[in-house]
Amino acid sequence: MIAKNKTAALAVALALSAMGLGGCATSGNQRDPIEGFNRAIYSFNEGLDKVAFKPVAQGYEAVLPSPVRTGVGNFFGNIADVFIGVNNLFQGKVPDSFSDFGRFAVNSTIGILGVFDVASGMGLDKHEEDFGQTFGRWGVGSGAYVVLPVFGPRTVRDTVGLAADLYVDPVARVSNVPTRNTLIVTRFINDRAVLLPADKVIEEAALDKYSYVRDAYLQRRRNLIHDGSLPRGADSADE
Amino acid sequence: MKLLFALFTALSFVAAPALAEDTSPDTLVKNVTGEVLDILRKDKDIQNGNARKAAELVETKVLPHFNFQRMTAQAVGKDWRQATPAQQKLLTEEFRTLLVRTYSNALTTYRNQTVDFKPTKVAAADTDVTVRTEVRQPGAATVKIDYLLEKGSTGWKVYDVVIADVSLVVSYRDQFRQEVSNGGLDGLIKSLQTKNKSGEATTRK
Repeated sequence: MIAKNKTAALAVALALSAMGLGGCATSGNQRDPIEGFNRAIYSFNEGLDKVAFKPVAQGYEAVLPSPVRTGVGNFFGNIADVFIGVNNLFQGKVPDSFSDFGRFAVNSTIGILGVFDVASGMGLDKHEEDFGQTFGRWGVGSGAYVVLPVFGPRTVRDTVGLAADLYVDPVARVSNVPTRNTLIVTRFINDRAVLLPADKVIEEAALDKYSYVRDAYLQRRRNLIHDGSLPRGADSADE
Repeated sequence: MKLLFALFTALSFVAAPALAEDTSPDTLVKNVTGEVLDILRKDKDIQNGNARKAAELVETKVLPHFNFQRMTAQAVGKDWRQATPAQQKLLTEEFRTLLVRTYSNALTTYRNQTVDFKPTKVAAADTDVTVRTEVRQPGAATVKIDYLLEKGSTGWKVYDVVIADVSLVVSYRDQFRQEVSNGGLDGLIKSLQTKNKSGEATTRK
């Protein structure tokens, strides 16, 4: 509990200090007033990933066969569906939230504790929602772009959203500490392993990885909040 | 002989657009995707990471349906109008090379995905259409891929691809602007060339 609250507090503190650092702009993007600071954290994250997270994720991918990794992903995805359903409810998307709760009910039972995603085959599609999106739906502006240590790209709003996500995270509420830690670490490694193929694509595609990741993140978040209904070319500044 | 050749060329120029115009944008995307997936499913070389072979596939099957000039112009943004025709040509070529390589490498990661096509409404008068697709893979979240097409004199051409809500073209805007403000349009051309040369090395291995 304490550790989790600390993480949340840290995330908020970072977002606030990031807002205060707004003076040291380095280049064009208006959404990124603290680019110098962000770039520093970005390189720190890259270094950390290179020596720690990526090798572990590669090992995990090499050792476990694909169906097992899929099962692991489904298991955590199933837990997340409840949380996604709650966020859909907060956003007034009642049918979507019912579908999410339905997924949880089906997958937890027929899908054996969520290891098998039976619900997708039944037409209950998986959604992607979090508190950052919910705040966005409620009309909270995104604020500046921030790169958080370890967590990576966020906006100020999504940082607060992340703090809320972490606070209600059911995995972090498991009372047995060794079990909880194992679950958190496994989920993290699995999430990282899923992203391994994207590494190569970004490496190939980007002239400047930092800008590429930032612009992709901002586009994606904007579209997620509007569930893809935003007209193309709508300007980022008005969000 | 010469006349015959000229006639043949002229005919093929007439025939090609006529063929393309008959195809509606959603059918076009469907056919090309189907064709590429068929080849990917059978080609063990590409599945094993032969990016060069994947690039050939992209060159012959996919590229003819893209409007690279428009894509490049959009990615460069307002500086495009300042570029000389020679600079525009170089920019388009280099950007094309970069996108082909990225896309080809992505194809080598193909396993057993299937593609769903969302219904697209196309009225006869439409000149700008978005074709929505979803890539499904067992055990993984579906990835949305939208193709944005415009109708030109040579039929429907793709001018942007939006993968998981991220536009291929828009993602380059800031990077390009950055390069242009540092070293002008020639600076941008140069860094694209450097990037493409470094990529060749990795593709060849």
